[in-house]
Amino acid sequence: MSAHHFEPIAPRPMPGRQTGAIAWLRTNLFSSWGNTLVTLVLLLVAGSALLSTLDWALLKAVFGSQLEACNNARGVGACWGVITEKGRFIVMGRYPDTEHWRPVIATGLMLGVVAMSCMPRFWSGVLVPLWAGMLVVYFILMKGGVLGLTEVPTDQWGGLPLTVMLTVIGMTLAFPLSIFVALGRRSTMPAIRTICTLYVELIRGVPLITVLFMASFMLPLFMPEGVKIDVLIRVVVGITLFAAAYMAEVVRGGLQALPKGQTEAAATLGLSYWQTQRKIVLPQALATVVPSLMNTFIGMFKDTSLVTIVSLYELTGALSLALNSDADWRPFKLEAYLFITLIYFVFCFAMSRYSLWVEERTAVSKTR
Amino acid sequence: MTSLKLKVALAAVGTAAMAVALPAHAGKTLDTIKSRGQLVCGVNTGLAGFSQADSNGNWSGLDVDYCKAVAAAVLGDAGKVKYVPLNAQQRFTALQSGEIDILSRNTTNTLSRDASLGLHFVGVNYYDGQGFMVPKGKITSAKQLRGATVCVQSGTTTEKNLTDFSRANKLNIKPVVFEKVEAATGAYFSGRCQAYTTDASGLASVRAKEAKDPAAHVVLPDLISKEPLGPMVRRGDDELFAIAKWVLNGLIEAEEYGINQANVDTIKSNGDPQVGRMLGATEDLGKHLGLDKEWLARSVKAVGNYGEMFERNVGPKTSINLPRGRNNLWSNGGLMYAPPLR
Amino acid sequence: MIEARPAPTRKSRSVSWRSREGRSLIYQVLAIGSVIALIALLVRNTLANMKARGIQSGYDFLNQPFGFDVSETLIPYDMMSSYWTAFAIGMTNTLRVAVIGIVLATLLGTLIGVGRFSNNFILRKVCYAYVEFFRNVPIYLQLLIWYLVFTEMLPSFEEAWQQGHFFLSKNGVSFPWPVWELGHTLAVLGLLLGLAAGWGYARRARRHFELTGEPKPAVRVVLALMVVGAVAGWAMGGAPSQWSLPVKGDFQVEGGAALTPEFLALLLGLVFYTAAFIAEVVRSGIASVSLGQHEAAASLGLSKRQAMRLVVLPQALRVIIPPLTSQYLNLTKNSSLAVAIGYPELVSIANTTLNQTGRAIEALSIVMLVYLTLSLLTSALMNWFNASAAIQER
Repeated sequence: MSAHHFEPIAPRPMPGRQTGAIAWLRTNLFSSWGNTLVTLVLLLVAGSALLSTLDWALLKAVFGSQLEACNNARGVGACWGVITEKGRFIVMGRYPDTEHWRPVIATGLMLGVVAMSCMPRFWSGVLVPLWAGMLVVYFILMKGGVLGLTEVPTDQWGGLPLTVMLTVIGMTLAFPLSIFVALGRRSTMPAIRTICTLYVELIRGVPLITVLFMASFMLPLFMPEGVKIDVLIRVVVGITLFAAAYMAEVVRGGLQALPKGQTEAAATLGLSYWQTQRKIVLPQALATVVPSLMNTFIGMFKDTSLVTIVSLYELTGALSLALNSDADWRPFKLEAYLFITLIYFVFCFAMSRYSLWVEERTAVSKTR
Repeated sequence: MTSLKLKVALAAVGTAAMAVALPAHAGKTLDTIKSRGQLVCGVNTGLAGFSQADSNGNWSGLDVDYCKAVAAAVLGDAGKVKYVPLNAQQRFTALQSGEIDILSRNTTNTLSRDASLGLHFVGVNYYDGQGFMVPKGKITSAKQLRGATVCVQSGTTTEKNLTDFSRANKLNIKPVVFEKVEAATGAYFSGRCQAYTTDASGLASVRAKEAKDPAAHVVLPDLISKEPLGPMVRRGDDELFAIAKWVLNGLIEAEEYGINQANVDTIKSNGDPQVGRMLGATEDLGKHLGLDKEWLARSVKAVGNYGEMFERNVGPKTSINLPRGRNNLWSNGGLMYAPPLR
Repeated sequence: MIEARPAPTRKSRSVSWRSREGRSLIYQVLAIGSVIALIALLVRNTLANMKARGIQSGYDFLNQPFGFDVSETLIPYDMMSSYWTAFAIGMTNTLRVAVIGIVLATLLGTLIGVGRFSNNFILRKVCYAYVEFFRNVPIYLQLLIWYLVFTEMLPSFEEAWQQGHFFLSKNGVSFPWPVWELGHTLAVLGLLLGLAAGWGYARRARRHFELTGEPKPAVRVVLALMVVGAVAGWAMGGAPSQWSLPVKGDFQVEGGAALTPEFLALLLGLVFYTAAFIAEVVRSGIASVSLGQHEAAASLGLSKRQAMRLVVLPQALRVIIPPLTSQYLNLTKNSSLAVAIGYPELVSIANTTLNQTGRAIEALSIVMLVYLTLSLLTSALMNWFNASAAIQER
């Protein structure tokens, strides 16, 4: 018997790292030939586009409102001086210069109350008087005429405050209307069902421009002689009717998603139709469709840019008013457009993030 | 019934009652103006020389001055005017619906507008014609625009005139039609179109105020249409129509008789009987119109006679720099001929 | 024998006013009554106002010749063409933008929606950035920016970029186009017939595959049928082969076909905007298919592409199609914004008509009617597609 010399197996090489930067790059960017190609092409295209945009927008840009420097930098660098020069007019519209503090405070107040309504902490009965008080203060500040404030006619309201006001007030008015229309569409009474269906399908089938044209030009003809309606009110009516149709569809989806057992249980408890809707159906249905309602809100915010067509100068309209008559600064329209693109983007992105947060929150509360 | 249902039922009944109760009859605009104490005047959103607001919201221009004259005659104060800026699409519906009392917005007098819109033209405060503006270059006449792209604003007589001109001369012009005048001029100045067309006075105003280098653009001498511009009122209010017409005539007649803003108080006593009549020193013409005898004196004091209005807003000393030309008095070879005020 | 019982007397149905049916009747009568009263009130006021102001009304203006020129049109017109033709021109221009826009937006949107599930990190993030950016900026503003870019960045007509017979300038893109004869119309018809025949063949091939497991080449046959149909139609029409070549004139390119900057700006603006929404719809559709389906497909040995095509997409289609329909309708309605950048589609022509004739209510009512019809047609088409293509539930 001979003692076998113990030959240990050669140690295997250490396995490659599964974590860390290199591994991540390998799986996400270079996992296959096709993937590698796509990565390289995208890096090239997107990278060079990004670099040249940064160069134009920041490095070679002119920031002060110096017309000479701006003209020299044409094609090479952006002229943000147009914002320094005209930014205030673009954001505020034709509101008198000395009274700019009023729309700023009023809009801040409105946005503050809207933000408070979004936070679950404040979801209680205090919201109703809060909104009522906010609306009263808002209109007093904006219109003036009382408390020593000079009166500012509504056709001079403009810019970002007008955009915010049209959206918030349009949606506030449209929301109750849309609930009634949605309930009407699901009603067992054929006449009411038909009326609500006709309303929704008619409004949803036509563009917002035609609704605004009708509201702005035709509404005075519909009224009896001597009744004059402010142009702002006409536009708010048009926007409200339009938004209510779309929101009614969203609310109807929520009502449909509710199990029938809920209404049946309410009936066994002896609740009347309106009690059922108020206590059982609507709270559950509305909670499920908040993300879609936020989508409608974002859509309305963007659609307010169309009221320029009926000569109310909100943010987009105020820009054309500011730049079209000024030959010096008109060549730099692109920079001004990008400025208000940024404003719209910030608002809409914030709202869509909020709606995602609400969606997650409702989902969490359901998975218990 | 519960309270909600009661409310719904009452609302329905109330709506039906409203349908029966409120009669729809035409009101008197003049009474409304007097009781309101303010004249609501529809003007252009911004046409230099005719109606334009500065950054403080003060309006000036030929059309604005006419509104001031009417306000001075009717209400006694040229400042009691509310100016409503209107674009070309809204102007007629705004007047039809009663939103404004007078439309003073460089509007061309045509048959269809005078006859079928329920509105009346008051007179002509500027004889104009449609022309073209091109970048300075090889084009010297409108007939050379064969196949050219021309920017034009929708809703004006300009579109139709351009088509008629193009068809009559077989030029096959391609119009690019924009809703807003700023978009049209913007497209022209960016080079999208080879020419821009509107009334010649508008061309002068755009060239002076909106061109980067006014000398690089030239207004072609051809006028392809007649554009008599004037104010409009609604049909059915004959008193306001008469007042509006005769204020305009009065301003023209004032220039003919040498009455101007400076001497309106003193010239009453120079012995000319027509001057005395017009200014209310000898005869009261105002009572035929339902006004007091100083109506024309106030108007001239507020804005001057027609010649002064012209010189101040669009004359050779302004940046618009338009010659009197056809808008001179008939005695100087122009077309301004007012019927006698007597 | 039992005697026949007498027939039961017909009890008259009495509805108590206090019962549910009674109240429902009252409410419906009140509702209809209020609506009718409201409409009557509006109509009465409008007619009275129009009479008092001497405004004329009626649709008789449609037979008058329209006196204005339209910068681009698919329908030839002359001096005596009536307003009917004008509205038809507007409608064809709207359809032109809408149909091409829907096709391009669907393609781009699907690519981006699928791209959000890719393995590549950069691609995922680029698609996400695209969707977030284009969704959060108003379409009106996007159209204005596109139009500004086109009119400022393109070379002026004198310095037009020219490549052979292709021209690119501020006046648009010009390219050679065949002189349209009967043969070309027949070729298009043949193409459509080939498509229909190919679709029928594809259904039979699919049934054959399900019965026997033998795959038949579907795509190649459909394409071949379409080509054969087009060539046959063209040959039957006399095989016309004349081309119209663009030539640089004094102020514009004569001949050929052209895409104006207005059309391009409108098309690209609408396509990029709607594609962002379609990408979201596609993404949520694919995400709605449960993970178990992917795993089951993998366990059957299907490749990722086969799994997507045979398992995931058919199930996702059911979720995708309803919101996709509303995106198509939104694109069609958003094309009405062309009035701001000078493209002569329906609302723009109605606007001009409104100003020339003063008939605001009539013109706007025609526009609303056309859009309603388009919406109903698109919805009906997509509903049919939904019913036929989506999976039948048990």
